[in-house]
Amino acid sequence: MNFFTEARSLLKVNIRDYGMYIALFVIMLTFSILTDGLFMSSRNISNLLDATGYIAVLAVGMTLVIVIRHIDLSVGFAAGFMGAIAAIMLSQMGVPFYLTIPIILVLGIVIGMFNGVLVASIGIPSFVSSLAAMLIFRGALLQVTEKTGTIIVKDDQFNAIGNGYLPALGQVGGLNLLSLIIGVFIILFFVYSELSKRKQKLKYKFEVISKQIFAVKLIFVSVIIGYITWILAGYNGFSWTVVITLAVVIIYHFLTTRTVLGRHIYAVGSNPEAAHLSGINVKKITYIVFGSMGMLSALSGILYTSRLQSATTTAGTLFELDAIAAAYVGGVSAAGGVGKITGSIIGAVVMASLSSGMNLLGVGISYQYMIRGAVLALAVIFDVMTRRKRG
Amino acid sequence: MSSNILEMRNISKSFTGVKALSDVNFKVAKGEIHCLIGENGAGKSTLMKVLSGVYPYGTYEGDIVFEENVQNFSRISDSVKAGIGIIYQELALFPDLSVYENIFAGNEVKHGGLIDWNETIIRAREMLKMVKLNVNPETLIRDLGVGKQQLVEIAKALSKDVKLLILDEPTAALNENDSENLLELLRDLRSQGITCIMISHKLKEVISIADKATVLRDGKTICTLDAARGEITEAVIIKNMVGRDIEDIYPKRPDKKIGDPILEVRNWTAYDPQLGRNIVKNVDLQVKKGEIVGIAGLMGSGRTEFALSIFGNPRGYKLDGELLVDNVPRTFKHTSEAIHAGIAYVTEDRKGDGLFLIQDIKNNVTAANLKGVSSGGVINENEEVHIASGYKSSMYIKASSIEQVVGHLSGGNQQKVSLGKWLFVGPKLLILDEPTRGIDVGAKFEIYTIMNKLISEGMSIIMISSELGEVLGMSDRIYVMAEGKIKGELTAEEADQEKIMKFATQ
Repeated sequence: MNFFTEARSLLKVNIRDYGMYIALFVIMLTFSILTDGLFMSSRNISNLLDATGYIAVLAVGMTLVIVIRHIDLSVGFAAGFMGAIAAIMLSQMGVPFYLTIPIILVLGIVIGMFNGVLVASIGIPSFVSSLAAMLIFRGALLQVTEKTGTIIVKDDQFNAIGNGYLPALGQVGGLNLLSLIIGVFIILFFVYSELSKRKQKLKYKFEVISKQIFAVKLIFVSVIIGYITWILAGYNGFSWTVVITLAVVIIYHFLTTRTVLGRHIYAVGSNPEAAHLSGINVKKITYIVFGSMGMLSALSGILYTSRLQSATTTAGTLFELDAIAAAYVGGVSAAGGVGKITGSIIGAVVMASLSSGMNLLGVGISYQYMIRGAVLALAVIFDVMTRRKRG
Repeated sequence: MSSNILEMRNISKSFTGVKALSDVNFKVAKGEIHCLIGENGAGKSTLMKVLSGVYPYGTYEGDIVFEENVQNFSRISDSVKAGIGIIYQELALFPDLSVYENIFAGNEVKHGGLIDWNETIIRAREMLKMVKLNVNPETLIRDLGVGKQQLVEIAKALSKDVKLLILDEPTAALNENDSENLLELLRDLRSQGITCIMISHKLKEVISIADKATVLRDGKTICTLDAARGEITEAVIIKNMVGRDIEDIYPKRPDKKIGDPILEVRNWTAYDPQLGRNIVKNVDLQVKKGEIVGIAGLMGSGRTEFALSIFGNPRGYKLDGELLVDNVPRTFKHTSEAIHAGIAYVTEDRKGDGLFLIQDIKNNVTAANLKGVSSGGVINENEEVHIASGYKSSMYIKASSIEQVVGHLSGGNQQKVSLGKWLFVGPKLLILDEPTRGIDVGAKFEIYTIMNKLISEGMSIIMISSELGEVLGMSDRIYVMAEGKIKGELTAEEADQEKIMKFATQ
C-alpha cells in the first residue's frame, strides 16, 4: 500500500476520532484568517485556555457520568455554591487557602456521593435527582450570598490559581523558559510512549500503521504541541489553570485507559447487567463516578471563583450544559460505554474557541448561542452518521 | 402440488466484498412445510431478508418469483402486501400492550381514520382461535409465556392474509411442550393451505414436520431433501450441513474421575419479592468434583433462578437454606463473593447480560478477572494480550484478532468468548445455562469438547439445558426441575427422554 492510499483509508476508518481534531483545526484556521491572526495570538490563546479550564474539568467528570448512562445537571450550581463556600472560608472565616482547597474538594466528593446514593441505591433517574439537586444548590448559593452579595476574595495565593502563571525561571529570546522546558518534556514523553506502544503491538504481530505514516503522525503532533508551547511561552507561559486542567486530564486519561477501575466504569456503561454478573459492584462504580463528578465540580468552583477573585450570586449558571455539550461534541455516546477523556477536552476547546473567535469578530451574543447550538447538533449528527456507516 | 408458490433463482448477495449468498436456488411448493437448514453463517437469514425486502431489489442479483410473478420488493411492506409474513427469532411485540393491540399493530382496523376497538377485539378473537390460543385478548403481552407470545406473533402474521409464512427458529426459546404445540399448529395451517418456511437448528423438529428441506452451506444451496422419498434423516442432514460425517454429536470422555462434593445445597428456597412468590422451593442438590450435573426442565421451572440464587443472588431474592462450598457454609452478598469462592455462571442470554458487545474480545475475556492481569489497580496490557490470545486459540474463537468487537462475531464465537471470560476466573464450579442455545452443530461440538477437557482437569459443571439430547449426552447425573422444585434425580445410565419429561411435567 502506498503512502497516500494508506493515509486515506486510515482517515476513513478513524473519521470519528479524527473528526474533532479536524473540526478544531478548521475553526482555528477560519478565525485566524477572519481576525488577521489575532485569534492565534499568544494573548488570546492563553486567555482562551484559561477560560476553558473550569468547563473542561466539568466535562472530564461528565464524560464518565454519561459513559455509565447517567447525567448530572447539578454540577453548575454545585460549582457555584462550593466556590461561594470557599470564598466565605477565605475572606470571612480566615481559613488559609491550603486548608480551604482540600476541604472544598472533600465537600464536593460528599455531595457527589450523595447524588450517587440517590441514583444507585434508591433508584431515582439521574435526570430527576440531579435536577432536584440543581434547584437546591441554586437556592443554597443564593442563601449564602444573599446578605453580602458578591463576596470578594483577597487571598493572593488563592487568586493565583485562576490568574497566575508558572514562574518563568528566565527568558530565552523573549520566551518563557520553564514553559519551553515543559513543552519539550511533553513532546519527548509523547514520542516515547508512542514508540513503546508500537513496539508492543509489533511484538504481538498486531496490525500497525506503516513507518512513514507513523513518522508523519509523530512529527505532526509534536509540531502542534511545540506550537502551542511557543504561543503560550510568548505571553506569560503556562498558567496555573492550564497546569491544573492538564493534570486532571492526564490523571483521568490514565485512570480510564489503564486501570481496573476505568475498565469497570466502561463495563458498567456498556452493559450493567453483564457487569453485575461479572462480579463488578455496579453501585460502587456509580458512587465513585458521581463522587468524582462532585470533586471536579468543587474544583471547577475553585477555578471560577479564583478567576473572578470573587463569588457571585449567579456563579455556575449553565456550566452543566456547557460541560454536557463539550462531552457530546467530544464523541461521548448517550447509549453508554463510549467516550474518551481526550475527546471531551477537545470538545471543550472547540466550544471555547467558537466563543472566543466570535467575540473577537464582534458577533452578537444572540447569534453566538445559535451557532454554538448548531455546532453541537452537527457534531452529534456527524457522530451518529459515522457510527451507522461502520455498524 | 406441482405449482411452486415461490422460486428464488440464482440469488447472490455480497456485503462489502464478502459473498453471503452465491447462486442460491430455492423452490417452495404451494401448501408445504419447507425447512431451511444450515450452520450459523450459512446464509439462511440473509436469504430470508432478501425475500422479505429487508435487502431491497437491486442490492442482490437474481430473481424472486412469487405466485408466478417476478417481484421487486423495495421495502418490507411490499412483501407483506404480496402475502409474505416473517416472524423473527427475537419477537417484535409490545410487552405493555394487550394481545389484541399487538395483533393489529401497524394494521389497525379503521373506520374513517379512527380505530374501531370493538371490531378489533372481535377479529382478534377469531385470530386467537385460529392459532388455538385460549387467552383473553385484553391480556398484556408481558403476562404471557414465551410460547404464547410466539402464537400471538403468528396470529399477527395471519391477520394480514398471509400466504407464505416464514419462521426464523420459532422454537429456539420454547420448551418441548410449547414446541410440540407450535409444530401441531403449523401442520394445521398447512391443511388450511398456508405455505410455511421454517428455519431451524433442531433436527428432530425438522424430521418430524418437514415436507421438504433445503440445506445451505457457505452461501450455496447444497441440496433439497424430500420427506416423501425418505431423504430427511438426521444423518443425511448433518452430513450435508457440515460437509462431513459427524459420527458422534457428543464426544466421549476417556476417563471419569469423580471426587468429593464441592457444592451442596440443602433445603434451598428463594423468594422473589417482585413476583411475590417462591421461585425456588426446598431444593437439595449436590455436585462432586469432576462431574457434569445436568439440570433439565421446562422454561420457567426455576432453573436459571436457582443458579442465580447461589451465584451471589444478583436479583435480590430472599434466600433460605444452606449453601456449602467445599463443605463450608457460605452466604454470598454479591456476585463478586461467589466468584471469589470459585463459582462461575455463564448466562443463557449472552447478548443481554453476558457480553460487552461494544468492546473487543480482549476486554471481554478479562472483564471478570481484571485482578489477574493487573498490579496495584493498573492493567498490564502485555499480560492481558497474552492471556486473551491464549483463549482465542484454545477455544477456537474465529476472529481476525483479539481486538475485534464482540458484537460482530457469530453466536457460536460469542458463546466461546463468554465461556473464555469465565474460564479465566479459574472456577471450581462452572454453571452453564443453555450453553449451546442458538449455535450451530460445529460450534456445539467444540463446546462439548471444551467441557470434557475442563472436567478432566478437575473442574465441576452444572449444565442447565432445555435440549434433552444434550442433557442425556453430556451429564453424569441429572436433576429434573419443575415449578421451582427438584422433581427427580437420575443417573446417566437410568435416564431417558421419557423419564425426564415425566418428571418435568409432573
